[in-house]
Amino acid sequence: MQAWRQPGFWLPLMIVFLWGLAVLLIRQDTARETAFTLLMCVGLASSLNILLGYTGYVSFGHIVFFGLGGYTGFYFLSQHNWSLLASSLAGGGLSAGLAGLVGLAVLRLRGAYFALATIGINEAARAFVSNFEPFGGATGLFINFSAYEQYGGAGPALWTAFTFLWLITLIVLATSFLVKHSRFGLGLLAIREDEDAAMVMGVKAPQAKTIAYVISAFFPGMIGTLYFFKNGNVEPSDAFQLHMSIESLVMVMLGGQGTVLGPMVGAITYQGLRGYLLTSPIFKSLHLAVAGLILLLIVLFVPAGAVGWVRGRFPRWRRVLE
Amino acid sequence: MLAQLLPSLTDGLLLGFVYGVAAMGLSLIWGVMTVINLSHGPVIALGMFATYLLFTHLGLNPYLGLVAVAGLGLLLGLVIYGAAVHRVINAPHLSSLLATFAVNMIIIGVGTAVFTTSPHNIDFPLGSLDLGPLTLPATRLVAALGAVAFTAGLYLFLYFTRPGKAIRAVANNRQAAELMGIPSAWILGLSFGLGTMLAAVSGGLIATFFPFTILSGGPYELKSFVICVLGGLGNPLGALLGGLLLGGLEGLIPTFMPVSWVPVVEFGLFVLVLLVRPRGLLGAK
Repeated sequence: MQAWRQPGFWLPLMIVFLWGLAVLLIRQDTARETAFTLLMCVGLASSLNILLGYTGYVSFGHIVFFGLGGYTGFYFLSQHNWSLLASSLAGGGLSAGLAGLVGLAVLRLRGAYFALATIGINEAARAFVSNFEPFGGATGLFINFSAYEQYGGAGPALWTAFTFLWLITLIVLATSFLVKHSRFGLGLLAIREDEDAAMVMGVKAPQAKTIAYVISAFFPGMIGTLYFFKNGNVEPSDAFQLHMSIESLVMVMLGGQGTVLGPMVGAITYQGLRGYLLTSPIFKSLHLAVAGLILLLIVLFVPAGAVGWVRGRFPRWRRVLE
Repeated sequence: MLAQLLPSLTDGLLLGFVYGVAAMGLSLIWGVMTVINLSHGPVIALGMFATYLLFTHLGLNPYLGLVAVAGLGLLLGLVIYGAAVHRVINAPHLSSLLATFAVNMIIIGVGTAVFTTSPHNIDFPLGSLDLGPLTLPATRLVAALGAVAFTAGLYLFLYFTRPGKAIRAVANNRQAAELMGIPSAWILGLSFGLGTMLAAVSGGLIATFFPFTILSGGPYELKSFVICVLGGLGNPLGALLGGLLLGGLEGLIPTFMPVSWVPVVEFGLFVLVLLVRPRGLLGAK
């Protein structure tokens, strides 16, 4: 399986690569901030898609890994002066480890029970962090301004964070493609279609689901560290927003679950839409309701999402739109 | 210690009855159609606001208002079922979870625009009742009695009326029920309506003693999940017992550790029960 020969592998990567490069060349603060938010969403949605899209398991707690990983990374960054790379790897590592433990236990549950368990995990994690003293309890942690010195001050540090996020997003997209086209990924797709049949055919379902869960948890942990590094502080209500888990779900559904390009398209479209709704005078106070309506219409009438719909409609494009 | 424990426990148990009613709605819907209704919380909040509006604008006694709230809840449930759930009833769980969550977003969005997120409350004190060392706020006592009355009503409905029996038949085996001439689409709609009705009623009861905003339903929805899992998903009577258990825990925990640890224990217990006994402590129906 040679990924580099396939246009479907290169398309999402090239888009993000050129986009990030353009932002780095323009060197404009507003462009960077917009791109940071969008790339963060692309990363979160794509990593969620590895679990949701490929195995068909709904996780309402994706943001737990963003929050806990971010907290851990930020803790090492601000309290122990670790470098950004080391601390974000620590954040991602903790998230992945936690997902491994949780997955071994919880992924024995099927379908809806698993979804319920992830809601419980989200709430338990938030409540735990608010009471955990080394993480600053309910007030959270702050970064010492001098920590930015090693990146050449606060301004350049933001650019470092952006470049880092850009590279991580590229890795997430590549991973998403490689997982989908590996033997392991085929096992996941089989689980999505019919778990019992997949197990009969020799797919080790609990193990495969756990590995998918670990992969999908690693990246939010890293992204979380970068996000809180950029913000300069972290607090429980910021780190565990259930609605962000849901928004990533909407992004994945909007773009097309189970496709590589879909979550990216969905993330960018959803953020654009949200930006428009928040600023338009008519929909300003109704943006949540409008987003809900869109989600409902997608779920009821276009369950495959935008990319999935195009793939179904124009089979020739399937090689390009993975 | 004991002097503090007893009132706190009684308080928790009385609240537990109301939690039980909310959870019963969720449990009923799951039991009949294996759909997890994520629009449960906002419906609880709508129940609060309906009671509030009837009380402040029409001067209706909040407890009489509950009857109207129940009727409105039933209608709302039928509408939600027809608009959002019916098309995805046979689709994978992902679809019904997302469809009901979309309804959740719509209600919260419109509710925030109409009522804002500032707190409201119903000023209808009933005084309190002295029982030896215990002082019970009468609003909670009446709420607990109301909860019991609704539970009894649901039980009678499910076991002794034709539509109730049809609901149980559909829950048992939808194909077989259809072959016996039961219009399953209507029965599913009715069950969903009853589920939202219970949510709205519990919201109305809660509104008589706690201040609330449009977002207040969220915590009760989460508690309902915990309770359903404790009592066994799809087992409405188990939900009432689960509610009492959770209410009792909420009363007990603060006497041993800081109040802020309550959610940690609750959700820890929730995940633990899911892992060890996913059918619930009392077993599914």
